[in-house]
Amino acid sequence: MRELSATAVQRAVAAMVIDANCRISPQVLQQMERCRAEEEQPLAASILGRIIENDRLAAERCVPMCQDTGMAVFRVQLGQELHITGGSLEAAIQEGVRQGYREGYLRKSIVADPVFHRDNTGDNTPAVIYYELTEGDRLTLTFAPKGFGSENMSAVRMLKPADGAEGVKAFVLDTVHHAGPNPCPPIVVGVGIGGTFEKCAQLSKFALMRELGSSHPQPAYRDMEQELLRAINEMDIGPAGLGGHTSALAVHIETFPTHIAGLPVAVNICCHAYRHGTVTL
Amino acid sequence: MKHLTLPLTPSAVESLRAGDEVLLTGWLYTGRDAAHKRLAACLAAGEPTPFPLTGETLYYVGPAPARPGQVIGPAGPTSSYRMDPYTPALLEHGLRCMIGKGRRSPEVVDAMIKHHAVYLLTIGGTAALTADAIYKKEPVCYEDLGTEAVCRLYVKDFYAIVGIDCHGGAVV
Repeated sequence: MRELSATAVQRAVAAMVIDANCRISPQVLQQMERCRAEEEQPLAASILGRIIENDRLAAERCVPMCQDTGMAVFRVQLGQELHITGGSLEAAIQEGVRQGYREGYLRKSIVADPVFHRDNTGDNTPAVIYYELTEGDRLTLTFAPKGFGSENMSAVRMLKPADGAEGVKAFVLDTVHHAGPNPCPPIVVGVGIGGTFEKCAQLSKFALMRELGSSHPQPAYRDMEQELLRAINEMDIGPAGLGGHTSALAVHIETFPTHIAGLPVAVNICCHAYRHGTVTL
Repeated sequence: MKHLTLPLTPSAVESLRAGDEVLLTGWLYTGRDAAHKRLAACLAAGEPTPFPLTGETLYYVGPAPARPGQVIGPAGPTSSYRMDPYTPALLEHGLRCMIGKGRRSPEVVDAMIKHHAVYLLTIGGTAALTADAIYKKEPVCYEDLGTEAVCRLYVKDFYAIVGIDCHGGAVV
C-alpha cells in the first residue's frame, strides 16, 4: 500500500488555496476577452475590461482577485490503496486551509455559529469537504473558494417528473433572473439534476469545479447547457448587472439517476471570479 | 466622468442621475453586515453612533488583509441588499451616500428619496483594482469584528456608477 504523509497534503493545500485565489485560469480570461470584443454596449465592454485588468493585476501581484476569498470547499478523491501517515487527512486539509489563508493574506470569512454566535473563527476554517473513495493509490484534491455574493443567489427545487426538460430550464432561468446583478455577473451556472435533495446540490457544486465551458458527455444535456447559456445572455443582465449580452460565461450541468417519483434540480451560481485548483498526490 | 469630493454636498447629490460614472476623492467609512446590526441597535436605543452619520458615505466592504507595506488588501463591494433592513434608520440619521453592489429594497429607495441620498455601485470582483484608489486607512470602531470593523478610508479617483439617484431613478 502506498503511503503519503499528512504534512505533504497540508503543504499542497496551503499552496493551492493561495494560487486559486490569486490566479484566474486562462480559459476564463480568454472567454471574457471574447465577450468584451462582442459587447455592443460601451459600458458593458468597459466593465469587462476592468474585470480583466483586475484579474491580471491580481495574478501579477499575487493578491486575491476578490476580497471575498470564500468558504473553502474541497472535493477529495482518495484512492483506496493509499494510506495517509502522520495524522488524519481531515486535519491536514483544515491545517492547510489555515496556513494558506494566513500566509496568502486571504480574508477570513467564516463565523463559528450560523445563528446565535456569529464570531469569526479567525482562520477561515472549517472547510467544507466532500470525500469519495476511488480505485488506485492517488489522492486528488479539488478546491473552490466559494464567495457568498453568488452562493446566496443559489436555489434547490424538487420538480415533478412531469415538469421534464422544460421545467428544469424554467427553474434555472428563473433563479438566474431573480439573482440579477447580485452575484457579480458574468456568472457561471452550475446545475445539478437528479439524485436526492442533497445529492443534486452537491452535483451543482461539482459542476462549478469543471473547466470553464467543458460539456456534459451526453448530447441532450450538452444542448441544454448551450440553450440555457444563450437564454441567459439574452436576459440583458450584463456585466455587473448594468445591461449587455455578457450575463453568463458558461452553464455546466451534472446529472445522476433519481427516484421514479422525483426530479430534483439545484442551481449553484458562481461569480465571474471562477476560481479553483486541483492537485494529485 | 464626473469628479466628486467626499463627503458629498446636498447639491452634488441632487445633481447626480442613475447611470452617471463618477470618480470620488475624499474620506468615507466602511461598514457591512455586523457593523450595520450594531449601528441600528445604537440608533434604536437612542444612543449616539461611534462615528457621525450626517452627510457621510458608507462603503459596504470587508477588505482582505493588507500585505506588509500596503494600505489595504483587495477591497471590492459586497451585496447591498443585506444592509437593507438597517438602511432606512441610517438614512433618517443623515447618511447621504452608500456604495455597494446589486439591488436595494423599495423601502430603501423610498427612504433615499425622502432623505436625499444616493446609492453608488462599484464593480463586484474588481477588488485588487479598487484597492489601488485607497490611499489611507484608519480604524474607527468595532475592531473585534475583524474584516467587518468600521474604518475610515481616504480614496482618490475611486470609480463608481450612480445606481439609484435621490429622485428614484435606477439602473440596477
